[in-house]
Amino acid sequence: MSRYLRFVPLAVLLLFVVVVAWRLVMPEDTKVRSQMTGQPVPTFALAPATNGIPGLSSKDLATGQPRLVNVFASWCVPCIAEAPLLMELKRQGVPIDAVAVRDKPADVAEFLGRHGNPFERIGADDESRVQIALGSSGVPETFIVDGRGVIRYQHMGPIEPGDVPALLGEWEKAR
Amino acid sequence: MRCWLLALALLAAPVLADSDLPSARWANEQLPDPRQEAAAKALMEELRCLVCQGQSIADSDAELAGDMRALVRQRIAAGEKPEAVRAWLTERYGDWVSYRPPVEPLTWPLWIMPLLLLGAGALLLRKRFRRRG
Amino acid sequence: MIAEAGLAALWLAAALAALQLALACGSGGEQGRRIATIRAVAVAQGLLTIAAFAALVLVFLRSDMSVLLVAENSHSQKPWIYKLAGAWGNHEGSMLLWVTVLAIAGSVVALFERRLDERTLGASLGAQAALALGFFAFLLVASNPFERLNPAPLDGRGLNPLLQDPGLAFHPPTLYLGYVGLSVAFSVAVGGLIRREVSPAIARAMRPWVLAAWIMLTLGITAGSYWAYYELGWGGWWFWDPVENASLMPWLAATALLHSVNVLAARGGLRAWTMMLALVAFSMSMVGTFLVRSGILTSVHAFAVDPTRGSFILALLTIYIGGALTLLALRIADVKEGAPFEIVSREGGLVINNLLLSVILGVVFVGTLYPLIAEAVSGEKLSVGPPYFNSVASPIALALGAFLLIGPQLRWRRDAAPLLPRIAPGLLVAIVALVATIVLWPTIGILPRLGLALGAGLIPASVMPLFGRSLRRTPLAIWGMVLAHLGVSVAILGMASDSAFTKERLAAARPGETVPVGPWLVEFREVMPVAGPNWTAIEAELRASRGSGVTILKPQSRFFPDPPTTTNEAAIDTSWNGQLYAVLGERDDQGRWQLRLWWKPFVTLIWLGGILIALGGALALAGRLFRERQQRRRIEEAFE
Repeated sequence: MSRYLRFVPLAVLLLFVVVVAWRLVMPEDTKVRSQMTGQPVPTFALAPATNGIPGLSSKDLATGQPRLVNVFASWCVPCIAEAPLLMELKRQGVPIDAVAVRDKPADVAEFLGRHGNPFERIGADDESRVQIALGSSGVPETFIVDGRGVIRYQHMGPIEPGDVPALLGEWEKAR
Repeated sequence: MRCWLLALALLAAPVLADSDLPSARWANEQLPDPRQEAAAKALMEELRCLVCQGQSIADSDAELAGDMRALVRQRIAAGEKPEAVRAWLTERYGDWVSYRPPVEPLTWPLWIMPLLLLGAGALLLRKRFRRRG
Repeated sequence: MIAEAGLAALWLAAALAALQLALACGSGGEQGRRIATIRAVAVAQGLLTIAAFAALVLVFLRSDMSVLLVAENSHSQKPWIYKLAGAWGNHEGSMLLWVTVLAIAGSVVALFERRLDERTLGASLGAQAALALGFFAFLLVASNPFERLNPAPLDGRGLNPLLQDPGLAFHPPTLYLGYVGLSVAFSVAVGGLIRREVSPAIARAMRPWVLAAWIMLTLGITAGSYWAYYELGWGGWWFWDPVENASLMPWLAATALLHSVNVLAARGGLRAWTMMLALVAFSMSMVGTFLVRSGILTSVHAFAVDPTRGSFILALLTIYIGGALTLLALRIADVKEGAPFEIVSREGGLVINNLLLSVILGVVFVGTLYPLIAEAVSGEKLSVGPPYFNSVASPIALALGAFLLIGPQLRWRRDAAPLLPRIAPGLLVAIVALVATIVLWPTIGILPRLGLALGAGLIPASVMPLFGRSLRRTPLAIWGMVLAHLGVSVAILGMASDSAFTKERLAAARPGETVPVGPWLVEFREVMPVAGPNWTAIEAELRASRGSGVTILKPQSRFFPDPPTTTNEAAIDTSWNGQLYAVLGERDDQGRWQLRLWWKPFVTLIWLGGILIALGGALALAGRLFRERQQRRRIEEAFE
């Protein structure tokens, strides 16, 4: 075998060890982020998710003012934990709409009754269509859409107390 | 007695599907046109389930996978090409959601590798046999 | 008590491994006595490791909940076979099994190996001890199977229901015998390189181990594929999942090694190739072990996700593989060239065989790691799955299969005789079959079509080596080769048939309705609750009929209370020309049940082929061992 060829297997091993060691040190972020940040909100129109609260369409998200869109469901346990924080954000003047994924009107009403209603509008997404169109991969997730209807930020998972300042900051930035 | 046992068994089973709503219609129903169904099936086997540990949406029991199958079937039934549906989904979730990696500069080594290896092998052989010559 | 005894045995075995390594490295003392001591130490090490493993099995069988591993992975209500298999159905237990096979392999070599020069044997046993030492350390420091849990819980968490299957009793032990059996090839190669003695004797010492390990790997992978097929309820038999690839890579290397070692043993050729492959094969085993236990690749099959343990194994890997490859690089120039051969010759054919197998191995290796590489380089996440592997590996595998039409017919060293008459039968059948598939089934894909044609042609081609021979005096090894290659053709036919002719039917049906699938009419009769030893289920009764013959299928949706899981138990009916596969899904609002039905013509040929391949290997192994015993006896008789 030629002078250099004999070291090729070692080089392959080295490459393998380096790549693998990198992964061991930087563990994989298993969340699937939406690639729609920076893109306009896809066109959609959802019927009301529950009685008495209007449904949500993409037109409602391009009002000149940035809004939060919370993707949630009454059967989602972490959504209960983030409900008070959404109420807090509403208290601070942030307009919030919601997409209710695979939910029944009665269950939504019960959820809102029990945990409070921070939402101005709630669209019923029975087949996860809008959830997928937004690039969301689970519940709960929160998107910030600016006044021109462009998605500016995605928060994955429930909102925790530590996230509130960051969310407020992003909302301000989207003005 | 049987009814009661059945009810108990149904109740005891933890609901894999989180929500109370049934699966989307086209999640588990085949398209009437066999060619469209074959195209849809082929695409579903190449799309990755977002909430599973490494399964295609064709094989997964997860609800979101079912909704994605319904989306694929409906779009193909409406006449969209499978590649367009795949592109729409990768626009939303990135190349990760497709089990078939794209052909772009980042993946050129991957696609070229077999030819490279064959070529390297052929070179090795030539050198060896020429020495005999 | 038993757990502590097991742990003590493990520590002692580790100490003996260290002693064995030290003895092998030392140069003082009388040679004959030293090698005798090394042999004894190796045997003792094996016995102690067996004792440790037996201790683990005992605590599982007795459901001793004060042992952490038992509490986390077992339950007193489980059937005893799953208590037993549960001992290796987890990371620590399976790692102990791994190390036990390693130690046993070393002991058997120490006890029975007489062909190798004593110094080379010493070096090889030293290498084996070095391997054992690292993995003993891993077990004792980072994966102690005997750790206690205080206070002991009343009962365990139970075994994952997907694992409560005879497959668990069979698949891991078989695979480990395969993976770890290759360690002997590795150690003998290292020993030979250290002693600068790469010769036919080395190959003859390695060969039975390579054969045995390869047979086990073939069986293990075949069993794993069938287990996933019927257990996971998706009708597929291979997903190019990282864990599956981790088992395929050592098999590819071992297959190439198998062919190569024969050439070195019989003809003295392919020395460098054989050494390289011997090192690569076990390296792939270790890489596979690492990939599966470190959590760096996501998989449905992954069973331990622990980066700390991953780092430990990575360190071991780097030392062992790095060391061995460095040794190879430095000593390769010393490897004497074997007898020369032309490219058109059996040796030449085997070189091409090795090359194609190595290309597939390389492709699988790169493809499995590529998502990682891509993310490390660019931060982007991508997936590499069946579409890539199928479109890239299948054509190369088909090329290899096509080559199988010719290769075994070639003569050794230099084949100048006309080739066509020897390959004509296989080629002719393949061409006729190709035309037949075009006429009969014009719409199937190109890959399945080629697979069907090739599989058909390989049947006569595999049997050709028997022509013109006296069958009674044909060595068993030749029969083995014929059978193994026949197995390859059968497997290719099965894969192509499954790909081309499977029919799938999804239906939402009420009891009383009938669903057609392929040539079958499946009547959905009723749904009822059933119960098992540790589960409850909803079972559907399906009555399937086609022409004559009616068969009953009972798919279940099964619920286990601990840990709470729902699984699908597919119902499969096997007939001479295929399998009818039924899965029960959920019920919708209107009282209709989801049914998933497949008709898979000739799919069982896939696993039948795998078994035939393993059987062929077993014949070859038996033939070799028998022949060697005969030869030894003849030598002894000659000296009387």
